[in-house]
Amino acid sequence: MKGKWIFSSVLITIAAILSGCEPLLVLDPKGPQAERQAQDIMLSIGIMSFIVLAVFALLIFVLIKYRASKQSPDYEPPHMEGNIWVEAICVGIPVLIVAYLSFVSVQSNYIVEATPEKYEDQEPLVVYASSSNWKWHFSYPEEEIETVNYLYIPTNRPLEFKLYSYGPITSFWIPQLGGQKYAMSDMVTTLHLAADVPGEFVGRNANFSGQGFAENTFDVTAMSQKDFDEWVDEVKDTADPLTEEKFDELLEPGHLGRMTFTGTHLDFMPPPDHDHGSSDSEEGNEHQNHSEQDKDSDHSNH
Amino acid sequence: MEFFERFAVPHPSPAIYASMVAIGLVVIAIIAGLTYFKKWGYLWREWLTTVDHKRIGIMYLISALIMLFRGGVDAVMMRAQLSAPENTLLDAQHYNEIFTTHGVVMIIFMAMPFIFALMNIVVPLQIGARDVAFPRLNALSFWLFFMGAMLFNISFVVGGSPDAGWTSYFPLAGNDFSTSVGTNYYMLAIQISGIGSLMTGINMITTILRMRAPGMTLMKMPMFTWSTFIANVIIVFAFPVLTVALAMGTMDRLFGTQFFTMENGGMDMLWANLFWVWGHPEVYILILPAFGIYSEVISTFSRKNLYGYKSMVASMVVISLMSFLVWVHHFFTMGQGALTNSIFSITTMAIAVPTGVKIFNWLLTMYKGKITITTPMLYSLLFIPLFTLGGVTGVMLAMSAADYQYHNTMFLVAHFHNVIIPGVVFAMLAGLTYYWPKMFGFMLNEKIGKWTAWLLSIGFLLAFMPMYITGLDGQARRMYTYSEATGFGTLNMISFVGAIIMAVGFALIVYNVYYSTRYASRDISSDPWDARTLEWSTHNPVPEYNFAIVPEVKSSQALWDAKKEGHNLFKGKYEEIHMPNNSGAPFLMSVVFFIWGFAMIFSLWIPAIIATIGIFAFMAHRSFEQDHGHHISVKEIEETETKMRGAK
Amino acid sequence: MKMDHSLPLEYSTDQNKLNILGFWIFLGAEIMLFATLFASYFTLANRTGNGPTGAEIFEITPVLIETFLLLTSSFTIGLGIHAMRLGKQKAMLTFFSVTLLLGLAFLGVEIYEFVHYVHVGAGLQTSAFTSILLTTLGTHGAHVTLGLFWGLFIILQIKKRGLTPQTANKSFIFSLYWHFLDVVWIFIFSFIYLKGMM
Repeated sequence: MKGKWIFSSVLITIAAILSGCEPLLVLDPKGPQAERQAQDIMLSIGIMSFIVLAVFALLIFVLIKYRASKQSPDYEPPHMEGNIWVEAICVGIPVLIVAYLSFVSVQSNYIVEATPEKYEDQEPLVVYASSSNWKWHFSYPEEEIETVNYLYIPTNRPLEFKLYSYGPITSFWIPQLGGQKYAMSDMVTTLHLAADVPGEFVGRNANFSGQGFAENTFDVTAMSQKDFDEWVDEVKDTADPLTEEKFDELLEPGHLGRMTFTGTHLDFMPPPDHDHGSSDSEEGNEHQNHSEQDKDSDHSNH
Repeated sequence: MEFFERFAVPHPSPAIYASMVAIGLVVIAIIAGLTYFKKWGYLWREWLTTVDHKRIGIMYLISALIMLFRGGVDAVMMRAQLSAPENTLLDAQHYNEIFTTHGVVMIIFMAMPFIFALMNIVVPLQIGARDVAFPRLNALSFWLFFMGAMLFNISFVVGGSPDAGWTSYFPLAGNDFSTSVGTNYYMLAIQISGIGSLMTGINMITTILRMRAPGMTLMKMPMFTWSTFIANVIIVFAFPVLTVALAMGTMDRLFGTQFFTMENGGMDMLWANLFWVWGHPEVYILILPAFGIYSEVISTFSRKNLYGYKSMVASMVVISLMSFLVWVHHFFTMGQGALTNSIFSITTMAIAVPTGVKIFNWLLTMYKGKITITTPMLYSLLFIPLFTLGGVTGVMLAMSAADYQYHNTMFLVAHFHNVIIPGVVFAMLAGLTYYWPKMFGFMLNEKIGKWTAWLLSIGFLLAFMPMYITGLDGQARRMYTYSEATGFGTLNMISFVGAIIMAVGFALIVYNVYYSTRYASRDISSDPWDARTLEWSTHNPVPEYNFAIVPEVKSSQALWDAKKEGHNLFKGKYEEIHMPNNSGAPFLMSVVFFIWGFAMIFSLWIPAIIATIGIFAFMAHRSFEQDHGHHISVKEIEETETKMRGAK
Repeated sequence: MKMDHSLPLEYSTDQNKLNILGFWIFLGAEIMLFATLFASYFTLANRTGNGPTGAEIFEITPVLIETFLLLTSSFTIGLGIHAMRLGKQKAMLTFFSVTLLLGLAFLGVEIYEFVHYVHVGAGLQTSAFTSILLTTLGTHGAHVTLGLFWGLFIILQIKKRGLTPQTANKSFIFSLYWHFLDVVWIFIFSFIYLKGMM
């Protein structure tokens, strides 16, 4: 058992050295979701190393021992049809491994689709993140402000990102805070994240969406709730309001720098309806959760 | 001249112009060569109209190797562009076109024909048959594939290459965001080729179920035949899904339907689902025949029977069933929620179990064997560790919560190349080397072959292992560049070096073919590897009718046991052999399909309608046709056999 | 060619047996094709955009007529194959011709149906629902159309060459195709029309 942790640490070290002595973003979590995912990744590397080593060892063993050049010229290999017990082990051990990993994986699935446990007692911050070729619009409905291509978030508070797109399917991804989720044009998806510590994080669209895809990134800055509130107030004092005209301009294909506005586009351009006919209970829960905050005028139909 | 504007390439570049010239010159050279050497008749009689599975297999093979070159050039260009941050070798548009064509070419026009080549050449011989069940249909399968490939390959010089990725997700692939005809090429070329694949599915299943030599029960078939059988069952059930998806995509783009649009009820997720319901079984279609090759090669070069025959068969059956139950893992992040993701996470991890069983069975085949390392065996030995690495990263990806981090990153790209290259490509090269003497009557050079295997392996590791790391560091896939600040530069440069080494390896294959054609001895036995199965009991070269007398089989290693016990596989007298006639219809019908496809791509409705009528005309002609083939007389058989036995 | 006289004519040669098995496998592929269309239909059935719903446009009368025509045609082709087995060429051709006429009538009603749908604003381009509805119905209809030509060609060949192992084989395979289309129609009738009208 110790062997596989040593092996994975060696791997990580090699990786770190090759990538410039900084830890890899995904394995440098700054939030509880990313931490859970990093744990799952390390666990799977460890267990898989065991399988890889077993196969390598068996291969080297048979090659060394049964090479033709090492044997007598008239050795005739025996006929070996198979053995039910050997097969049982070859099936049984992988089944046990898969069962264990499945158990962990299913647990993780429910964890990443919910508010992080340590922040459950708090009111989540809801941000609508919508993509249009090739930028991100971040609408804060409760704070009534909107930014383009940059995100300020408070630490130690659950974040609920409502994702959708004005065009091709994109994927909202902040590696150090957690995994990604698709943003699509006919429905809103929800991604639960949180930041444990303040800092600057990388964010990007991870799903190919055409010519401007590579530059479809955004900056994320996490700060204390107090600093965050101060920033919101500052925006309300100094930024221009977001008009429908201006927003239509922003939607034009192209790249934009960072922009800031008061008001959000959710008033005059609500997000798409939720996916009707979805029997997944997740969607049902989401309806209840954000019905107070959602400015979607069609909500009464649900 | 406005009419011709539609054929212009929307985003030309010097390389594209140079390619136009090169293609033109090559076409002229081929026509000139054929005319000068007076080979038109030969070409028509021996190749364009053949219905012989061995010839058809060779044509698939040549096509696959040419497509490997195109796909490989795409790969080297991509790696070159990404070798340094903010590189300017390729702009975003061209990079996007190149990775799209790389994916489509490698999977549909390189890997598929490669497996079809080996299936066609080997399976009838392995089961003691004289051809496949439907030789005319077989020829049509090839020519449809060929025309689909030709259509796809001219896109980048006529009208514009597709650029929405090999997965062509909507709405990106819809008219709003993919305005050139590129995606039309994608929809129609793959559709035409796919029809050919489906026909092969029907053909191979019928052949294997009904044309085995007497005594060869299902559980006495060689493993490559079993793998072909199961892969073709997957084809029959998976390809129709693609047919529907492509038809819907075509209709959305050409006829304004609303299947995958952003308004009027269209559902972009439906494309992703349909594509991957086909797409996942597709990768098992590719890997199972590869596994079959490995079973043959490892057994032959360990001088030992394949361990665990029954479980090898069972594992492939289980894999084929499960391959239809995992597709959602290609888009865990699409918002379907924890329950759906959990189910597919479990099924995806589960499918690793039967695959693992096979690895252990191969190792156990070598155990207590007598292992000689020839080129095919070397590929197999390299496959085992490298594929295992790729397979375990697959299990990692299957954990859907973790996949939220891996998805669409270079980690994913590394994984699937890690299973396809050692899995499928090495198997195809092993199979090519192993069966080369049976196809052409001489051996490929061993030394060059081994160099190739090592270069490809080392190149592969250098090219793809860094991607696991950069993926975990935030490098998404399909990005044409990255900034200096990301720090991805060093590892991407290493990838580029790896790609170059692989390119050298592939160049060596071409050199090997040239060198061996020129220098290799033609005086070889019909069983140069001292192998175990029926195909090696035929002469070199294999006569038109394969076997003068249909063999009688007693075990799953018919030839080996016959050699060991000294008994005769071919009992009885010569009888007249009935063989099918050549026909120009498959080739000509496929040309009409090409015209149809081209017309549809450019919305040329009159030619499209005429071509459609043409296709149905061929079908009508076939219905009325009475072609009962020809007979090879006993005298002719005797003459051929005597001549060949002398050469043996 | 070796003939096995203990088997029905359509199975009597090796190639015949291969053809029949091959066609069953083809039907397996066709099942997947229609299954994909049905799955897509169920997915898109409620996505009517600004267009009409199924309940708004489906009419029971033409659908019942179509069903009656197609189901009867399956019966008549069954009688046709039975006649073929008894070696009764004239009866067989009569039943086949009736089958094709019923099929032609089915198509006629279906074309009327499509014209009606376009008239009431349910065209191919209206919504996801109409796109998949018309594509599914249209794919089935296209298969029927192809079948009409195929069946006609077989009738002509039997007239010219009589009942041979080859013509018997083709006729039997055609009957499998025709029955298959009938089964698909039953699914269409039940899960598209009836369900849509409830």
